[in-house]
Amino acid sequence: MRSAATFTALNRFGLGAGPGDDARVGSDPQGWLAAQVGASPLPDLLAPFRSADAILTGINAARNSGGGEARALATQAAMQDDYRPELLARAAQFVTAEAALTERLVLFWSNHFTVSTARRQIAAAIPAYEREAIRPLVYGRFADMLRAVVRHPVMLTYLDNPFSLGPDSAEGRRRQSRGAGAVTLNENLAREVLELHTLGVDGGYAQDDVIQFALALTGWSHGGLRRGDADEAHGRFLFVAPQHQPGPKRVLGRLYPESGEGEGLAILDDLARHPSTAQHLATKLVRHFVADAPPPEAVAQIARLFQDTDGDLAEVTRALIALPQAWADPLAKVKSHHEFLIAVHRAGGQGAPGPQHYIAPLRLLAAEPFSAPSPQGWGDTAAHWLGPESLMIRVEWARHFAGRLGTLAARQLMEDSIGAVSRDVTRTWVYRAPSQDAGRAMVFASPEFQRR
Amino acid sequence: MQRRTLLAGSCAGLLATMTATRLAFAQAPTQNRFVFVFLRGALDGLHALVPYADADFRRLRPRLAQAPDSVLDLDGYFGLDAALAPLLPWFQAGELALLPAVATRYRERSHFDGQALLENGTASPSGARDGWLNRAILALNAGDRRLGLALGPSVPLILQGAAPVQSWSNEHLPDLDEGFLSRLGIVYRGDPAFDAAFRAAQGTPQPDLSGMAEGTDNFTFAARAAGDILAHDAGPRIAVMQIDGWDTHVNQTGRLTNQFARLSEGLLMLRQSLGAAWGQSVVLVASEFGRTVAENGAGGTDHGTGGLAMLAGGAVRGGRIVGDWPGLSDRALHEGRDLAAPNAIEALFKAVLIGHMGLSPALADSVVFPGSAGIAPLEGLLRA
Repeated sequence: MRSAATFTALNRFGLGAGPGDDARVGSDPQGWLAAQVGASPLPDLLAPFRSADAILTGINAARNSGGGEARALATQAAMQDDYRPELLARAAQFVTAEAALTERLVLFWSNHFTVSTARRQIAAAIPAYEREAIRPLVYGRFADMLRAVVRHPVMLTYLDNPFSLGPDSAEGRRRQSRGAGAVTLNENLAREVLELHTLGVDGGYAQDDVIQFALALTGWSHGGLRRGDADEAHGRFLFVAPQHQPGPKRVLGRLYPESGEGEGLAILDDLARHPSTAQHLATKLVRHFVADAPPPEAVAQIARLFQDTDGDLAEVTRALIALPQAWADPLAKVKSHHEFLIAVHRAGGQGAPGPQHYIAPLRLLAAEPFSAPSPQGWGDTAAHWLGPESLMIRVEWARHFAGRLGTLAARQLMEDSIGAVSRDVTRTWVYRAPSQDAGRAMVFASPEFQRR
Repeated sequence: MQRRTLLAGSCAGLLATMTATRLAFAQAPTQNRFVFVFLRGALDGLHALVPYADADFRRLRPRLAQAPDSVLDLDGYFGLDAALAPLLPWFQAGELALLPAVATRYRERSHFDGQALLENGTASPSGARDGWLNRAILALNAGDRRLGLALGPSVPLILQGAAPVQSWSNEHLPDLDEGFLSRLGIVYRGDPAFDAAFRAAQGTPQPDLSGMAEGTDNFTFAARAAGDILAHDAGPRIAVMQIDGWDTHVNQTGRLTNQFARLSEGLLMLRQSLGAAWGQSVVLVASEFGRTVAENGAGGTDHGTGGLAMLAGGAVRGGRIVGDWPGLSDRALHEGRDLAAPNAIEALFKAVLIGHMGLSPALADSVVFPGSAGIAPLEGLLRA
């Protein structure tokens, strides 16, 4: 590996360094990265998989014909036939992508817009959600990604919006007539969009804004909840007018006249353009690509660009690559558990990992894909990833996996993965390792390898 | 050998440089034990400690309120949800106290900020980057003995900080050999963050888990391990456990029935594995905030304010429902929707840290819960 900048390009902006990567990056790491910005076509590995609509339609149709038990069976089958194969294909894509900037961005935005398999109704369609609402838009406009995400049946269900009724809507009145004082509104989606997806918790909204936004979003649902004919069992966005609260709504001081589905769209667009959103996203991006404590001047620069370009994520990505601070300390960040596993597989050069070397270790680390404990997603600082117990699990797994890498020489592995940033002490103890596999394990276990 | 234990005498040349292996089995500042159980996601306290005789409660929860005859009556007004039946004997024996209408100083409704406050011990989500239990451990013994134990693969914020803590999780990977561990210790020495995590991992006690059935709930597993490790004379004194799954916006009754069963089973296991140390133990169960008093349209409740804390253990003066009760009338509700929170949870934390663990009151007010001098410890919760 010829330089620390190569390491940064491959680890900070990619998903790890393996055999041949040094030559691919060449002498201009920033240029190599910048050339990856612009389009994110569907990778061949992910082409065979079904749409969320198809997956959810299948489950809904089973329920409509056979009730709850049929639905549970259909969900189980979809986890086996749709979810798991795509999860592994996705891992293969992370491990084998030669230019992995796009993959890192998919993971970043997927975590920003977290959903979880804990919500069983939509679990099977989660990889499809990422493939449909996030991956195609990592170089698009943020407003478009926000809209695609919030309208997706997976996010709508994860944050309970299909159950939200305007108190004065037809459905809401019906509910209240059955139980006096019943609350019909569910604020979850509106609150998390404001707090997590756009403005940020200090972004200047109040409880009234949450309620008004939630009222505007009433009726945002999908076909699967209607127990009608086959056509209504679909898994696509559906505006259910009888659930929608009539009348104007006022969010962040602006009045949105009654326009049904259009209110939510207008509010989302305004949120995407709000200065607090630019600040919130810039902070998260700079934390991800520079340091746990994001330098304020870098945040300000990215936030300004975000606003000036109307949230053009290609421009924002280029600006992140061009930040001098992103190249100052190649070891500033600690890899997440998932990043660590992917990096080991990339460095090991054995191609796509089987579930026993991907899902199983992530389970031990309590970090399986799409299982973040809350809508906030996974944390992005060393404190989240570097606990005593999790460090030892990482090392134990790496020691175990290092024994399965055949004849790969520990020194070669070290040169290819951390060469330019390796410290003398690490080199010494890799050289002195009693066996090749102990040497390989020492490379994986080293702080240099576990950082990015 | 046990993977986390580096024995002196082997690899002596390397070990001479590894001061981390000096595992402090020094005298602990106290023989008392404290377990904090964090219910992440905002427990609906009213579903656990049910004001079943309250007309407002029944009015606001036409579908969600439990049938009065299913509730386990405690005092004619409050009762326990039936799924918490395993804990009823503790209450009757005076080993369980309940504190409803309790909250941190946080009055917004974000899980993440709410959890941050509960864990960082300040009045703001970004008020500290370490946890109040970690600061308490530092204050108790300057951190030279690892008093804290995190159950699970990661250390939660409440235990993060300058005092090294131990951790344990239920995983099965081959042990590392001593030589590899020794070399790794050297490689980590130049990186303070890795060095600290590695040192903290050394010597983590290995609990006896014999007899635990495959498929036992994770929380029960963790409770068994926590109790077993805490029961050792030389072991840690303060443990943190957590259970997710309390964010019941939808289908609350079914989900909480299941959650309460998990919680009860785990707490019973904790008591069993603590053995004789139960008599010197306080177990505090808390959540980041409560939920709306009225049910929502989906058989659930939304984020609220006043929650519920439970205090259990042989060292607790229980059998009582303590603190102020604001009631459920429209005028009593916080912002017209949430159970109000006249009781500060910091008052409970301070009572345990000062009265049970021996923390100085001055440090509790200034360092462990900065800016909380106006919140006095709750009196009378502990056996003399």
